[in-house]
Amino acid sequence: MDIPPPRPVLDPTTARVEREFKHVRPLIGCRFDPSGRFLFATAEDDSVQRFDLLTGTRTAFVGHTSWARGMAFVAPNPTAAPMDASAWQKAQAAAQSLVGFGVAALPAPKAAPFTLVTADYHGKLIWWQGDSDAPKPLKTVAAHDGYARAVAVSPDGATVASCGNDQKVKLWKAADGTAIRTLEGHESHVYNLAFHPNGTRLVSCDLKGVVKDWNLKTGKSERDLDAKILTKYDPGFMADIGGARGMAFKADGSAFAVCGITNVSNAFAGVGNPLAVTFDWDSGKAKQLKPKDAFQGTMWGVAFHPGGAVLGAGGGGQGRVWFWKGDDPASAHVLTVPANARDLALSSDGARFAIAGSNGTAYVYNFSGTGPVPQMPKKK
Amino acid sequence: MLPCNYACNTADHATTRRAFLGSAVGATAALGMAGFANPAHAAELKKAQKRVLVIFLEGGVSQLETWDPKPNTDTGGPFKAIQTSVAGTSICELLPLSAKQMHRIALVRSLNSQTDDHGVGHNVMLTGRKMEPGIVYPHLGAVSARLLGSNANALPGHIRILPKGGSGFNGADATFLGPKFASVGLGDGKPPADLFRPGNLTATEDDERDAFRKRLDQRFAKSRKSAATDAYTESFTQAERVVKQAAVFDVDKEPAKIADKYGRHDFGRHMLLARRLLEAGVTYVKVSHSNYDTHHENFDFHIEQLGEFDRPFAALLDDLADRGMLDSTLVVVMSEMGRTPRINDRYGRDHWGRAWSVALAGAGIKGGAVVGKTNANGTAIADREVWSGHLFHTYLQAVGLDSTKNFYPNERPVPIADPKAAAITEVLA
Repeated sequence: MDIPPPRPVLDPTTARVEREFKHVRPLIGCRFDPSGRFLFATAEDDSVQRFDLLTGTRTAFVGHTSWARGMAFVAPNPTAAPMDASAWQKAQAAAQSLVGFGVAALPAPKAAPFTLVTADYHGKLIWWQGDSDAPKPLKTVAAHDGYARAVAVSPDGATVASCGNDQKVKLWKAADGTAIRTLEGHESHVYNLAFHPNGTRLVSCDLKGVVKDWNLKTGKSERDLDAKILTKYDPGFMADIGGARGMAFKADGSAFAVCGITNVSNAFAGVGNPLAVTFDWDSGKAKQLKPKDAFQGTMWGVAFHPGGAVLGAGGGGQGRVWFWKGDDPASAHVLTVPANARDLALSSDGARFAIAGSNGTAYVYNFSGTGPVPQMPKKK
Repeated sequence: MLPCNYACNTADHATTRRAFLGSAVGATAALGMAGFANPAHAAELKKAQKRVLVIFLEGGVSQLETWDPKPNTDTGGPFKAIQTSVAGTSICELLPLSAKQMHRIALVRSLNSQTDDHGVGHNVMLTGRKMEPGIVYPHLGAVSARLLGSNANALPGHIRILPKGGSGFNGADATFLGPKFASVGLGDGKPPADLFRPGNLTATEDDERDAFRKRLDQRFAKSRKSAATDAYTESFTQAERVVKQAAVFDVDKEPAKIADKYGRHDFGRHMLLARRLLEAGVTYVKVSHSNYDTHHENFDFHIEQLGEFDRPFAALLDDLADRGMLDSTLVVVMSEMGRTPRINDRYGRDHWGRAWSVALAGAGIKGGAVVGKTNANGTAIADREVWSGHLFHTYLQAVGLDSTKNFYPNERPVPIADPKAAAITEVLA
């Protein structure tokens, strides 16, 4: 496998499917580990699946007794350079050509150790040795009363943050899961959260579209930002829909994004439009990023590409990945993906992105521009 | 002109409470409140007066997120099953307070209502009949009001509390039983806003106006009486009853402590109103809770909706028991259908009538009973399949009625409940 270096400027038209990892049950969430070697995906069978992009092997992490979606990583050196797998692949190919295919497979290089933290519907957080050949839960913490919807790790790797339906944000020591502090102030289910890259602040967003900016020194919310465009009380069904289904910070900390569904006309059929909202960190000014196509559904994941673009992925009747570039609020490019995208993962170097498919397949894309051209959305 | 094709109430065909009540208690109740001067006797009679409360979860509640969880299966979804107050019976974790009431609740987990349609399902579940050409069957509320109600009651016998919308009289649900037993609908639990006498109209003027209306009605009826004119006339009678008993509809008269137990939200208020109405003598109350039609995000929506349902439901069972009313009040939790075991690609569940559950409690019900079962992942009934006809017999027999008797609209015998079905005796006390 040849992993190209990140492109200075992203060309979304070069996105191609690089790998497909099939699982027996629908997927829920996905994340690349810090090295970019593994793609982790959570599934409706309560498992966490680890897909090795180097070897193609799959490893199940079994320990949750409910669905998990939130995933985050604690790495000794999260700023380490991405894995370069090309050396092993070349050696593997050479060995096979000398002695015959499959006869003398070289052992794959060991991955650098890292910890995976996952969060589930029963409010539990589980710590795992992410690179283990036989992973088992290292520690389980009953973190929330109700669904623990998201988890994040601070830039220094010292703190894990989680949030959930008990309307709380909680901080834990990454090393051993000891409780540090509870941040209270949300008045509805907390859907997502992310650390500011400078490590001093944390943002969280709830079902009602209230974004809180937490000062981690004081434990107080410094300000509320308005993402209410991502929420609605549907009077027809008498229920709330919304919240930040995805959340991400720009690497330089100058902005963050939340995504979900807006313009809901029928909550129970999911009739609405996907939307990402970016916030300028200093001013708090919001900007809407809309798909150019008239698509109905939910945006389940959002990410800032190092090349400057914003990516969003979601689904309704079909799956989509949208790309926004520059200041244009309308998407510059749209990709039809083979299944409803229930989450979006972007590797730290921006070389790949992946979606968690509702059909049980994780699709890994690169920007090689080689291979079959992805199907474009059909015009109605 | 429309014929008056409902049961004629002649002596020959008077389908009275006395005739239908199958027990000695029923015979006593049939004497009516006015026959007892002794307060102790009156209290006993009040207990014996059977009532029915239907809690209707509009849209089709998921059986897997309520009464028949299948955790850790391909259809089970993310929630776990929790132990209830009945050993060996588990329900979904979204109903923790209901779980503590399970010794009062019987579950039927093997219902095949044979339709995946909202409108048809609603009708089938409330009439216990498949829809047939040529006849429209009365709803359970009208049947209950007809067979259990008392002429002495100062309130309408059949009331529906709706989540929202306008209030009104003469719901089209009594059919051949006649408009007297048609429902009064209370949008958001409130009587119609224009029901009460305007401030600029004196009581005398109002009486005179009403007397004039009655004279016109009577004159018209002599030559052109029809079901429509009867319904029109009955709506004034219903309105008059509501106006005279306006205080019963005011849940603010309840102690704050009680209101807190039911929950300070619309559905809590509606359930508290239901208890007040039943206590005041209304025979049948249906409270609707909206909405469960979760084709998208089934799990998030069930967290929200069942979170709202659980507390008032458990509080109501406690409240009825505390007031000595639970033994005389049949409580049914139903819906127009269940939801598919299969989870769709939007985390939704779709319409499903083939294998779902209904909960019953109170009068005539064997608390803790579980009847029927579905297979391991809930995709089929594995034991004791029943349909809504069986349930209809069960409801009536639970309140002491003989469900095998007939009504006689237009001199024609029409079985009260579908003769092809029978009561589910395993849930009857």
